[in-house]
Amino acid sequence: MASTPKNKLGIRGWVCGGRYVVERYAYIIHRISGIGILVYFILHIFVTGSRLGGPEKWHSTMSFFETPLFKFGEYLVFAAFAFHALNGLRLFFNELGFLIGKPARPVFPYKTSIHHQRPWLIVLMILAALFIVVGGLDFYILGE
Amino acid sequence: MENSKQTKETVNNVIFEVLRYNPETDKKPRLEEYTVKVTKGMTVLDGLNWIKENLDNTLAWRSSCRMGVCGSCAMFINGRARLACNNQIMHINTKKLVIKPLPNFAIIRDLVPDFEDFFEKHRTIKPFLIRKKAEELDNPGNEFFQSPEELANYIQFAYCIKCGICLAACPTCATDDRFTGPMALTQGWRYVSDSRDEGAEEREQELFSRHGVWRCHFAGACSDACPKGVDPAMAIQLLKRDMFFKQYEKRKKSPARRETEESKEWKPNPDIPKPPDPTV
Ligand code: SF4
Ligand code: SF4
Ligand code: FES
Repeated sequence: MASTPKNKLGIRGWVCGGRYVVERYAYIIHRISGIGILVYFILHIFVTGSRLGGPEKWHSTMSFFETPLFKFGEYLVFAAFAFHALNGLRLFFNELGFLIGKPARPVFPYKTSIHHQRPWLIVLMILAALFIVVGGLDFYILGE
Repeated sequence: MENSKQTKETVNNVIFEVLRYNPETDKKPRLEEYTVKVTKGMTVLDGLNWIKENLDNTLAWRSSCRMGVCGSCAMFINGRARLACNNQIMHINTKKLVIKPLPNFAIIRDLVPDFEDFFEKHRTIKPFLIRKKAEELDNPGNEFFQSPEELANYIQFAYCIKCGICLAACPTCATDDRFTGPMALTQGWRYVSDSRDEGAEEREQELFSRHGVWRCHFAGACSDACPKGVDPAMAIQLLKRDMFFKQYEKRKKSPARRETEESKEWKPNPDIPKPPDPTV
């Protein structure tokens, strides 16, 4: 007799757990961008720490990071930050029970807390997209 | 007679791809295909019954009320967790249905998920009215008065049928085995927010444990998937809010804090000797 399959979705379940509301994807991107920013911070401390090794060490480290790949990485960190900050603003209020409506007798078609906060998500995501596009222009076109 | 003939007419042949697993003979779950003659208005549950009657009587699932009340027939149908009895086949897909047991629950057999842990978590939040004076429940001296407004605070959450769909949809449940889960947390708030209940403190430990409300990050899939409009995501955020402001109030009143505020007015300590007189 085989043991009962656990049928837990695991990390796969963050992305392919089923077709539900867009907020579920915001949750995942929020997580991934958060982890990305954390990894960047740790790296950042080590990189700037190389300044202690004198100007030569500093310059050699910096030139190592001047490749297009790292520049793109830096842009990704910026994009992650823009998303994480703006989505985090929404979550800050939502998770304290604001902007999600009030309990009411459920009448089909159900209107839930998710519908109540949706306009905020839309506005903030437009803002995030704007930041990411303008940031991209600055990184690659205006900043050259 | 003619009318019934009309409604019995097959409108489509729909393929049902159903997950099969028998713990006694199978090493791993597998998918099996059945062609179901679908008539107008047929629900997924009707389809499964049709398979059992006409094609394969070994197929197992759980159902009872066939009208969205008992919460037995939740399954994962074409990419969403839903009740088999309140979804019509033709509304989901006209060609093919893929039916699996609810994810995030162990499989007992075929489409039957294991709800042991789910109900255990429900038990831990004490899903009943708690009064400080326990005798009151057996020998009430008075009516437990509740106004319509007070009822409106929690009635939405009392509609829960414990079907487990919210846990199947929740991304936190996908990775955290010990997460109390949207159903139990919502039931926690259903009782905490009931004006007749006095058990908020007794439930604190479970609701605000390391794997309690703070593991929810408002992905909202639970509220989207819930077939009864219970809105677990709202209940959980309201719990967080309640907890946050209660703690905030407690801190404000705590003796340690009052002391630091009082000590802002500086008074010389008589135990410390005075400095010597300046020499220049
Ligand atoms: S909250 Fe909704 S989805 Fe969750 S168990 Fe209750 S009825 Fe089912
Ligand atoms: S709102 Fe919370 S409990 Fe509901 S699906 Fe999202 S993370 Fe899970
Ligand atoms: S059979 Fe009772 S809810 Fe579907």
